[in-house]
Amino acid sequence: MNGLLNWIDARFPATKVWNEHFAQYYAPKNFNFWYFFGSLAIVVLVIQIVSGIFLTMHYKPDEMLAFQSVEYIMRDVPGGWFIRYMHSTGASAFFIVIYLHMFRALIYGSYKGPRELVWLIGMAIYLALMAEAFMGYMLPWGQMSFWGAQVIINLFNTVPLIGPELSTWIRGDYVIADATLNRLFALHVAALPLVLVGLIFVHIVALHAVGSNNPDGVDIKKHKDDKGVPLDGIPFHPYYTVKDIVGVSVFLIFFFAVVFFAPEMGGYFLEHANFEPANPLKTPEHIAPVWYFTPFYTVLRAVTLSPFAGTAAMFLAIIMLFLLPWIDKNPIRSWRYRNKAHTINILLFVVAFVILGYLGVKPVTPELKELGTQMTLVYFLFFLVLWIHSKPATAKYIMWFVGLTVAIVAMTFYRYNPEATDDAAQILWQWSLTVGYLALTLLLPGLISAFNTEKDVPERVTG
Amino acid sequence: MENSGVDKSRRRFLVAATSVVGAAGAGAAVIPYLSSWNPSERAKSAGAPVEVNLSKVEEGQLVRVIWRKKPVWVVNRSQEMIDNLPKNNSLLVDPESVVEQQPAYAQNATRAIQEKYLVLIGICTHLGCSPTFRPEMGPADLGADWRGGWYCPCHGSKFDLAGRVYKNVPAPTNLEVPVYSFKDENTLLVGIDENGEAA
Repeated sequence: MNGLLNWIDARFPATKVWNEHFAQYYAPKNFNFWYFFGSLAIVVLVIQIVSGIFLTMHYKPDEMLAFQSVEYIMRDVPGGWFIRYMHSTGASAFFIVIYLHMFRALIYGSYKGPRELVWLIGMAIYLALMAEAFMGYMLPWGQMSFWGAQVIINLFNTVPLIGPELSTWIRGDYVIADATLNRLFALHVAALPLVLVGLIFVHIVALHAVGSNNPDGVDIKKHKDDKGVPLDGIPFHPYYTVKDIVGVSVFLIFFFAVVFFAPEMGGYFLEHANFEPANPLKTPEHIAPVWYFTPFYTVLRAVTLSPFAGTAAMFLAIIMLFLLPWIDKNPIRSWRYRNKAHTINILLFVVAFVILGYLGVKPVTPELKELGTQMTLVYFLFFLVLWIHSKPATAKYIMWFVGLTVAIVAMTFYRYNPEATDDAAQILWQWSLTVGYLALTLLLPGLISAFNTEKDVPERVTG
Repeated sequence: MENSGVDKSRRRFLVAATSVVGAAGAGAAVIPYLSSWNPSERAKSAGAPVEVNLSKVEEGQLVRVIWRKKPVWVVNRSQEMIDNLPKNNSLLVDPESVVEQQPAYAQNATRAIQEKYLVLIGICTHLGCSPTFRPEMGPADLGADWRGGWYCPCHGSKFDLAGRVYKNVPAPTNLEVPVYSFKDENTLLVGIDENGEAA
């Protein structure tokens, strides 16, 4: 066995790579629950690739055959239902894992220097994943596939000047048609998986070059022993490989519980309308994207100035995340040592994101429509407040609070139209939600110093 | 390594020359790949005018036909529906149909050649869903001042019975009226006007 390894090592750096990335890659010893999700994302990726390859063996990317071929997989292919449910559940699981992975970066400041590139590459992965998921959702060619594609591709229609030509070019026809399905299939099974795997490789290479952050946001490379090993570091293998494998087991219990007992997840993982073949003449009564897109979908609906403004706002909502390392300039990484207002800001951002997601699956009523507008405001204000919190000691909290409140009231006044009675009633009170958010994140630390004091970051990791 | 004997200008020339030629070649090669995404000749040719037999459209009824793979609605509006149209004006973005979402012959109060028959492309001007026909008066979910029209289930846009868009909804413009004409009293031609000009 050793002889074989030596033979390989003389021709390929097997032991060297193993040591650099596992046996002698020193990760901080204080990883907690939130550090499971990186390795879980890899597990889900493998599930998606394997189940996806097997689905392509039976699926037909043709507008006449696609829907039936999926039903064929479900009913006639031995084990087909299992493979497909793993793939469809895997799509949602991917986003659950990725959102939790991103939340970890947010609370512990993992996007800050020197890990900006790790964050940017990670965001690129998130974008590629959204494109991949969108295209995959088209392939069954059900009602939701068709009308979802209609809406998403028409987003490009709103681009000034070149819009109509651009969307025709993307569709390959004047309407969503066979040409569209065929190219989305090619992108879904070949182009984007290659991009994803490449980006994930670079993500890990960049991470292992700068080293992992940790819940204390402490740089473990500052204190090393004689051999150059960080005092607060433990080798990834066997410590974290063993820890992660426990995480994988627990994850798979939940994963297969969904696959076996609730693969449709009450219409959230697989929407009911998608069990009807695509019908270009009839939009389903209520259409909503799959849950992982709904927060951005609500942003799209909320901005009604012009269709392009709505599209731009939706993309801006994602672009803002890319910019996090340059918006949050506070030198303290972890929320453990930042002021209480910062913690409140992050938690309210999560609340706004969840509400935006909830609104995206609901039909529009005047009340929910206005709530969407206000939560969109909170979503974007989060980044401004985060920037203000960069320097808590000198921040002009009261000035910002008054200025922003005046702006919100002015905007409310501008949007108020007494003739549209139902909308007007909602506009009249819901602005207070956004001002309430500002009060908790700006007024509170401005008036009560207990909400604005930061703690000393320890030299070494705790616990 | 001894570098003194290296002819750097020759290296620079080779790098510059191959880069320029390579970039031009790659640029040229991209064109057929990008243009392969345009509609094919087969897709372009599937676009002839469509005939609708109006004698089968009852009063108040909506009939859907397909023209260029798009849903086209033909509505036989009752006199009451036509009389109600002006009452919506204050709630609409463009009650006079100023924005060119219709041929010149349909730019009038009812957005139609014959005020009875409304012809529309049944695709929401926001993001392309097909709105739901809601001809009833004042239903619970749309409010007491609803006088019939379309409600888009995707993003909540509302249109009246002339396809005119309401204020404060995502759709920016009225629904599009396609090019159309009457072949005779009972036959509508979608996709071609009186002078035989196609859209």
